[in-house]
Amino acid sequence: MDRFSWTNSRTELNETYVIEQRGVRLYDGDEKAKLNVGTAFLTTHRLIWGDIKYEDSCLAFPLSQIIFIEEQAGGLGKSAKIVIHLHPAPENKEPGPYNSSKYSYIKLSFKEHGQIEFYRRLTEEMTLKRWENTPISKPISTGTGSQGGRTRAVGIVGIERKIEEKRKELDKNISEAFEDLSQLMVKAKEMVELSRSIANKIKDKQGDITEDETVRFKSYLLSMGIANPVTRETHGSGTHYHLQLSKQLGDMLQAPLEERGGMMALTEVYCLVNRARGMELLSPEDLVNACKMFESLKLPLRLRVFDSGVMVVQLQSHSEEEMIASALDNVSEKGSLTAEEFAKLLGLSVLLSKERLLLAEKMGHLCRDDSVEGLRFYPNLF
Amino acid sequence: MRRGVGTGAIAKKKRAEAKYKERGSVLAEDQIVQMSKQLETFKSHLEEFASKHKQEIRKNPQFRVQFQEMCATIGVDPLASGKGFWSEMLGVGDFYYELGVQIIEVCLALKHRNGGLITLDELHQRVLKGRGKYAQEVSQDDLVRAIKKLKVMGNGFGMIPVGGSYLVQSVPAELNMDHTVVLQLAEKKGYVTVSEIKESLNWQKERASHVLDHLLKEGLAWLDSQAAGEAQYWLPALFSELSSRDVSPEEASQMTP
Repeated sequence: MDRFSWTNSRTELNETYVIEQRGVRLYDGDEKAKLNVGTAFLTTHRLIWGDIKYEDSCLAFPLSQIIFIEEQAGGLGKSAKIVIHLHPAPENKEPGPYNSSKYSYIKLSFKEHGQIEFYRRLTEEMTLKRWENTPISKPISTGTGSQGGRTRAVGIVGIERKIEEKRKELDKNISEAFEDLSQLMVKAKEMVELSRSIANKIKDKQGDITEDETVRFKSYLLSMGIANPVTRETHGSGTHYHLQLSKQLGDMLQAPLEERGGMMALTEVYCLVNRARGMELLSPEDLVNACKMFESLKLPLRLRVFDSGVMVVQLQSHSEEEMIASALDNVSEKGSLTAEEFAKLLGLSVLLSKERLLLAEKMGHLCRDDSVEGLRFYPNLF
Repeated sequence: MRRGVGTGAIAKKKRAEAKYKERGSVLAEDQIVQMSKQLETFKSHLEEFASKHKQEIRKNPQFRVQFQEMCATIGVDPLASGKGFWSEMLGVGDFYYELGVQIIEVCLALKHRNGGLITLDELHQRVLKGRGKYAQEVSQDDLVRAIKKLKVMGNGFGMIPVGGSYLVQSVPAELNMDHTVVLQLAEKKGYVTVSEIKESLNWQKERASHVLDHLLKEGLAWLDSQAAGEAQYWLPALFSELSSRDVSPEEASQMTP
């Protein structure tokens, strides 16, 4: 770890980023370095490591310092690592976090994976040795770098002090945040307990709860994110909010459904709707709850669950018989069809065209030929 | 349904109230009123918390983990609804729901190549790439939570533990224990052979073939019958980290499944 130097700018002239990986901890030899988990950056010239909180205090060493590298596979409770064996630090090396080290190698521990790609790129850079072609010019201080540049002049002690200050401030912020969070949770817990008590009473039919009150109660649960334990309703966990949503969806999805042959997978709907909204997005549960209300609101859409578990929204106008009949026509015309071929024919997704074929098969109109070449459907002549 | 009116009903209510007061318990409808008040109070506490720490949640994945775990402990799901307080005031909802969209899109884009199975690592890398340099940090824990939420939409989203991490499944292919175990075996090299299965798992040839055939049919495995020695079954989901050029959907459909 004594090969590292402090650096206060990210890239220098002629130097380019190759790859970065979050969640990396440094090891001095086999011992963990007294630093937090940070981000490792590989450039054409250097290996840089930074704790994201301290942008103007990173560590780096030139790639030319590397003798060779090894991979160390992860295991139970251990992250995968890259071991980097280094030449001794040159005399004119800039100051860094460690003045000396008994090890001649460091390790990068990948707590959020990414070790394979990083290793590949590092190997590549060491083969290409691009740093030899384009020597780096003097560091250019960018934005946040200017402060750091000044503290550098103050020497190592000044830097360490600054880091210590920042760390304390950060710790203070974090611990304040955690404390506030804990207090908030205590209050939230009270709400949960109260709602449980109410739910039990509703279940045991104690007292006289009106429908209005039940609806209000459900909306309170929704606001708090408490699961609805009272399951006697027919509309799922639907609340007034979901009712509104259901109507909105009814309007919004007409055209897209028509374009897609009358059927869309729920995940497709989720993406479509949320991309359109941009903000105040729907949760997956919101979407499901709203779709469950289509029927009771007499909207021309239906939520449907196939045997495979795939959930779709389909237009009422596209009746099941029609779909199956047309599927049979298509298959008979072509002799046989796979889901992929059918999808291409209709302009549907493969997933949904497969469901249609399966449905037709279930109704006895098609039969299958299942081999490693794929699943192919034929008209059922039996 | 209106509460009963008339003297009979009033008397009945008075008796019920008396009975409850005796036991020291409160009527449900009174509690609902109480809850409504407490909710308002809670809402303002949450607003205060948000004004101080909303940034922390946005920027700090570790803090998010703490937050999520605390919520789970007390029985609250901050991601249940976009209309929930947590989502509206802390913005956690939008963060995870958008992530959900990005996850679905990545999985869809790669499905023709890997059959709907992708490593959490690759998913993470691709989502980060899609989000761009200046977007908020996204950890693997964030992805896992977003995926858990996606499950409710029934499209077969699931996670299979493999080699210290996970494979994310995004299609409703049925994968039982046998399939999972073979996937785990294939993780080291990206492919597996019948002999390796027989040796490592002590299975009969038929069982191994049956599992491999299923993986082929589902498009999760590709067969290299010309490999030296014995046929190799490659899992595109696993070897994507080695250099391999991207395959277009047309090309994929022409390859031996």
